Amino acid sequence: MFKKITALFLLAAIICTALSGCGYEYADDLELSREYSREFAGSELNVYNWGEYISDGSDDMLDVNREFEKLTGIHVNYTTFESNESMYSQLKSGGVSYDIIIPSDYMIERLKNEDMLTKIDVSSLKNYGYIYDEYKNLFYDENNEYSVPYNVGMVGIIYNPTLIGEPEQSWRTLWDEKYRDMSLNFSNPRDGFMTAQMILGQDLNTTNKSDWKAAADLLKEGKDVLQSYVMDEIYGKMETGEAAIGPYYAGDYLTMLDNNEDLKFFYPKEGTNIFVDAICVPKSVKHLDAAMLYIDFLLEPRIALDNAEYIGYASPNRAVVENPDYYYYGNEILYPQPQDTPPVQYYHDIDPEIRKYYENLWIDLKLY
Amino acid sequence: MNKKSFGNRLIAAPYLVWAAIFVIVPLLMMAYFAFTDNSGAFTLSNMAQIGKYRKAFGVSVLYALAATVITLLISYPMAYFMTKMKVSSQRMIMIIVMLPMWMNFLIRTYSWISILANTGIINTFLKWIGLKPLHLINTPGAVILGMVYDFVPYMILPIYSVMSKIDNSLLEAAADLGSNAFSRLRRVIIPLSMPGVISGITMVFVPSVSTFYISQKLGGNKNWLIGDAIEYLFGAGPEYYNVASAISLILMILILLCLAVMNRFSSDDEGGVII
Repeated sequence: MFKKITALFLLAAIICTALSGCGYEYADDLELSREYSREFAGSELNVYNWGEYISDGSDDMLDVNREFEKLTGIHVNYTTFESNESMYSQLKSGGVSYDIIIPSDYMIERLKNEDMLTKIDVSSLKNYGYIYDEYKNLFYDENNEYSVPYNVGMVGIIYNPTLIGEPEQSWRTLWDEKYRDMSLNFSNPRDGFMTAQMILGQDLNTTNKSDWKAAADLLKEGKDVLQSYVMDEIYGKMETGEAAIGPYYAGDYLTMLDNNEDLKFFYPKEGTNIFVDAICVPKSVKHLDAAMLYIDFLLEPRIALDNAEYIGYASPNRAVVENPDYYYYGNEILYPQPQDTPPVQYYHDIDPEIRKYYENLWIDLKLY
Repeated sequence: MNKKSFGNRLIAAPYLVWAAIFVIVPLLMMAYFAFTDNSGAFTLSNMAQIGKYRKAFGVSVLYALAATVITLLISYPMAYFMTKMKVSSQRMIMIIVMLPMWMNFLIRTYSWISILANTGIINTFLKWIGLKPLHLINTPGAVILGMVYDFVPYMILPIYSVMSKIDNSLLEAAADLGSNAFSRLRRVIIPLSMPGVISGITMVFVPSVSTFYISQKLGGNKNWLIGDAIEYLFGAGPEYYNVASAISLILMILILLCLAVMNRFSSDDEGGVII
C-alpha cells in the first residue's frame, strides 16, 4: 500500500514538473519604454509564428511570451509553422483563429490582396519609431497599414573550407561536380528556384513561363550532384561535416557557427534574395487591442534585443542594431557595408497561374 | 446472432457514431475532393494528373514489398524462438520489442541518420579500424532499413501471439506420427500461424507503402515516395487538396488490390484477415 502511494506521489510530481516548464525565472529588471495596461487580463491571444523564431527563455535570455503574460495577464497561445505556404493553408482553412501572424513579405502581399488581413494603426504603437525607414513603405505594404517588420535577412552560401577549400563565390558551386554528394539545396520551391534563377540572371518574379522552365531544367541538371534537398536539416549536416556546402539564411549560419567554427559564408556574386518577416493581424482576430499591445511589446528595445540575439537574423529595429552591447553589433554578415552587399531582389506574390506552373515544375523535379 | 437485444445495440451505438464521423465521413470527403475542382464542380482532371506520379506509386509499392519481406524473415524465426523460451524471457523480449515504440517515430528515424551518415557511427568506426567508409545514407537500402526498423514490432507481435496459442499436443501428435522437425514446421506450425503472418504483413505493408518521413530523411529527399508527394501537396496550399485527395484515393485502391491478391495466396480457412 505504501509503495503504491509513493508511486502515485512520484507520478504526480513528474507530471507537475513537466507541466510547469522547468522553472523559468522572470527578469526582475525589465526596462520598458511604455506602460502595459492589464485591462485585457484573462483574455487569450493566439500567436502563429515560425519555429525557433522568438526568444524562449533558454541561454539566460528572456522568455518573451511569458514576460508578456506576466506583464499584461493576457494568456498567449503560441503555435508555430514551418513555411509561409503551410501558414497560409492553415489560415485559409479557417480552423483556428489567430490574432498575430508573422509571414514573409510576398505572403503578406498575397494575404492583403485576398483581404485576409486587418488594418492596424501603426501610429498607436509607441515603439514603431525604432523601425528603420528603409523597411517601411515596402512593396507588400506601401502605406504601412498592415504590417510591422520583425526580422530581415538574406540568403547566402555556407561552406566548410576544411572539406572543400575555397569555392568560387557563385551559385554555380551548388552544381559543381567537384562537390558531388557534398552539396545541398533548398527543399522549398521558391528558394530552390531562386538559386537557379540567379545563375540565369532572371527577375525572381518573372511571369514568363519559359523563364521558369529554364530554371527548372537547370535544377534538374544539378539534382544528381546534390546530396539532398533540405530545410532545417542543414544545421546538422553542416555542423557535423556531413555536407560541405549549401545555401541558407545568413542568420542561421551564425547559429551554426556556434557549433562548428570551421564554417564560412558568402553572398554569391550573382545576387541573392532579401526578405522581411513582418508582424500582421489576420481578419480572424478576436482581440485587436491585446494584439496591438503584443506588437508594441515585440518592438521594445530589450525584447527585440533578446529576440535578435536568440534568432540570429538581422533586426530592423534601430534600438537593437545601434546598441553596442548587442551580440551581433556591427556583424559583417548580418549588416554588410553597402559595398559588400550583393544585388538583392525581394520575392513578390506571383500570379496564381504562374505560381501553379512553377510549383508543378517543382513537383516534376522531385518525382522520379 | 440476429437476436441482438435493444441493450446491445444501445451499447454499440457510440462506436457506430464514432466510426461514421471519423472513418466514413473523411473517406467520403476524400472521394468528393478527388472528383471536384477548387470551386466544387465535378471534374476528372485530378485523376488525369495521376499519370505523372506512376513511378512514385511503383517505387513505393516496391520498397514496401521489400520492407515487408525482410520484416517477415526477421520476425517469423524470432517469434518462433520466443515461444520456445521460458515465460519470463518471453516477457523480457516482448518489452525489448515494444520499447522502441514508446519513442516518437520521428526521433527513431532521425537517429538512423546519425548511424548511417557519412560521418555517422558506422563509418566513423570503419575508418577507425582502417576500412573504407561505406555509402549508406541517401540510398534505397537506407529507406527500406528505416521502414523495417520502424514497423518490425507490428510483424512480431501478431505472429507471436498466434504461435504461442498453438497447442503443444498437436506437435507431439505430429512427432508420434513420424514427422521430423522440418515437416512439423512445414505442416503444423506454418499453417496454424498463417493468420498471424497475414495480419503482420498487412500491418507492415500498409504503413510502409504510404510512409513519408522516412524516405525524406534517409533517402536524401531527392525522389519522392507517394506519401511524400501527398504530404507536400497538402502543405502546398488549398489549391492542391484535390489532386492530393485523388492520389490518396488511388493509393487506397492500390493497397486494397495488393491485400486482395495476398489473400488469394493464403488458404481461406486460416487466412481470415480483415482488410
